[in-house]
Amino acid sequence: MEPIRTLRSRTVVLPASDVDTDQIIPARFLTTTTREGLGRHLFADWRYAPDGSARPDFVLNQPEAAGCSILVAGQNFGCGSSREHAPWALSDFGIRAVVSTQFADIFRSNALKNGLLPVLLEAPAHRWLLEHPGVPVTIDLEHTTLTLPTGEAVRFPLEPFARYCLTQGVDELGFLLARAAQIDAYESQRSLP
Amino acid sequence: MAAPQTLFEKVWRSHEVSGETADTPAVLYIDLHLIHEVTSPQAFTVLRQHGLGVRRPERTFATMDHSTPTRTEQVFGGAPITLEDAARQVRELERNCTAFGIELLGLRDARRGIVHIIGPELGLTQPGKTVVCGDSHTSTHGALGALAFGIGTTEVGHVFATQCLLQRKPRTLAINVNGALPPGVTAKDLILAIIGRIGVGGGTGHVLEYRGETIRALDMDGRMTVCNMSIEAGARAGMIAPDETTFRYLAGRPRAPQGEAWAAALERWQQLPGDPGARFDREVDIDAAALEPMMTFGTNPGMVIPIGGTIPQRSDDPVFAKSLAYMGFAPGERLQEHPVNVVFIGSCTNGRLSDLRAAASLLRGRKIASGVHMLIVPGSQQVKRDAEAEGLDRIFLDAGAEWRESGCSMCLGMNGDLVPQGHYAVSTSNRNFEGRQGIGARTLLASPLTAAACAVRGRVTDPRELL
Repeated sequence: MEPIRTLRSRTVVLPASDVDTDQIIPARFLTTTTREGLGRHLFADWRYAPDGSARPDFVLNQPEAAGCSILVAGQNFGCGSSREHAPWALSDFGIRAVVSTQFADIFRSNALKNGLLPVLLEAPAHRWLLEHPGVPVTIDLEHTTLTLPTGEAVRFPLEPFARYCLTQGVDELGFLLARAAQIDAYESQRSLP
Repeated sequence: MAAPQTLFEKVWRSHEVSGETADTPAVLYIDLHLIHEVTSPQAFTVLRQHGLGVRRPERTFATMDHSTPTRTEQVFGGAPITLEDAARQVRELERNCTAFGIELLGLRDARRGIVHIIGPELGLTQPGKTVVCGDSHTSTHGALGALAFGIGTTEVGHVFATQCLLQRKPRTLAINVNGALPPGVTAKDLILAIIGRIGVGGGTGHVLEYRGETIRALDMDGRMTVCNMSIEAGARAGMIAPDETTFRYLAGRPRAPQGEAWAAALERWQQLPGDPGARFDREVDIDAAALEPMMTFGTNPGMVIPIGGTIPQRSDDPVFAKSLAYMGFAPGERLQEHPVNVVFIGSCTNGRLSDLRAAASLLRGRKIASGVHMLIVPGSQQVKRDAEAEGLDRIFLDAGAEWRESGCSMCLGMNGDLVPQGHYAVSTSNRNFEGRQGIGARTLLASPLTAAACAVRGRVTDPRELL
């Protein structure tokens, strides 16, 4: 995984709350057996009309959204199914960070494993970002801050291990494989059901 | 003396290969890893890329359910799976299970079914185990006193390679339910009411434990319905302490311990319920006696009201308005008497034998309304055989419903069973998200009893009117 230290981008604002993973990528696209190329199905039913044409009123279809890598969404982003296709689709589309006041547990875990950063903000800073779409912000993973164009740097919580993995480009699988001796010991000590 | 522990803490601690520290998560050992065709292929790819094998294939168990067809002629008649990608996914699971030595219940296996139905049914799921699957409804297995939760595909790869996961310890939330469920009010109504109460994000970061006399009085099928939808309240896991009901359910199941091993297991399992005085981070109390049949009106499971109620008004919330616009509803409107196009009974939430019995109790001797398409899909082939042995299939067919082979079916639109655009579907499944059952489908979540009543009348109907 590529190390991530800072992200700089204008924001794209999707003010919906409780955005579920069926919206991020509908189930009919889950028959794939690879993780590549899912960006074209991101928010498929919000982005495209039934005839396949782009819906001009959807935020990701607007010209200002081009090149934006920070998505600001309403509260409780990523609820519902465990499909990792959701962060795969967001990443493939070019989103590197999602900003919300709450993330669903499985989505947050899946996102972090794919270098997609869930940025959890308190309500005031989050509300400011919702009300000011398209502003440039900087996310600093060393200091776990998001800097608004006003110059204000807002702290966000990030589990130390997740921060370590993101900033060092460490893969959790390698971390677990390095603990094989401990796992062996656990298996031999416990009479496993 | 050790501090009193909850059920969750006991299972968690006994599975710590190493505990969490400020800087690192716990390494948690996984006893049972269930896999299916949709969320496993990319994890097998990672194994191949790293030259790794599956550490404990005997703790890994595969089935196919999400993208498989439910029409008998497609499952057994040699007709191919019509969705080309779905067929490829199924073939890839077969190839991967053979290559990595994993037991697979294939498309025509008599024991196949929805992964969360067959785990308990075969006795694979047991009290005190850690159970994971690349599927959010893995919370179902918590009904037997297991710590069971959904994981992503990267984590599926971690479990393949190491039989472990890196996890932060979640907080605990007790849902205390007391009072007798009134007639016509079921486990499904209870969990919908709980989600309505705490909200779709209310359980985030927590493991739920359902407790109290109402939970103790539920049979295992009802307990599984409750735990299944824990994730709809944001909680990765929901648990119920094992008791005599649990032990009776497991006794004699093919993968449950037998003979002397059963006695030893029983002794272990009886130690699992939370100690007196064990503390939860939060507690919520629910009065079951005050509950009514519930139905969702919006596009998440927290948007739910008693079936006789009116859709609430939230004039300052554009998201709420968008949701109602998708559903074609207005604030202040009643759900009751609203026309229904499709009725679906099945899924990992309500695809078990007692769910089918409940539906049959209302459909016996009745016909479904003309113009209603009713699909009844057993959760497993075993459930199908059991239902047919009781003659439930005849009741369904005589009423005018379709009776299919097991699978996830119409719960999610990826196997060919779809709700048409704009149609209203009363569904016993777990999610009423936009497009979940098909593009533009409008889902009304309810119990099997309510769904059957709606099918008979062709309109949203309080099942108590037909009992």
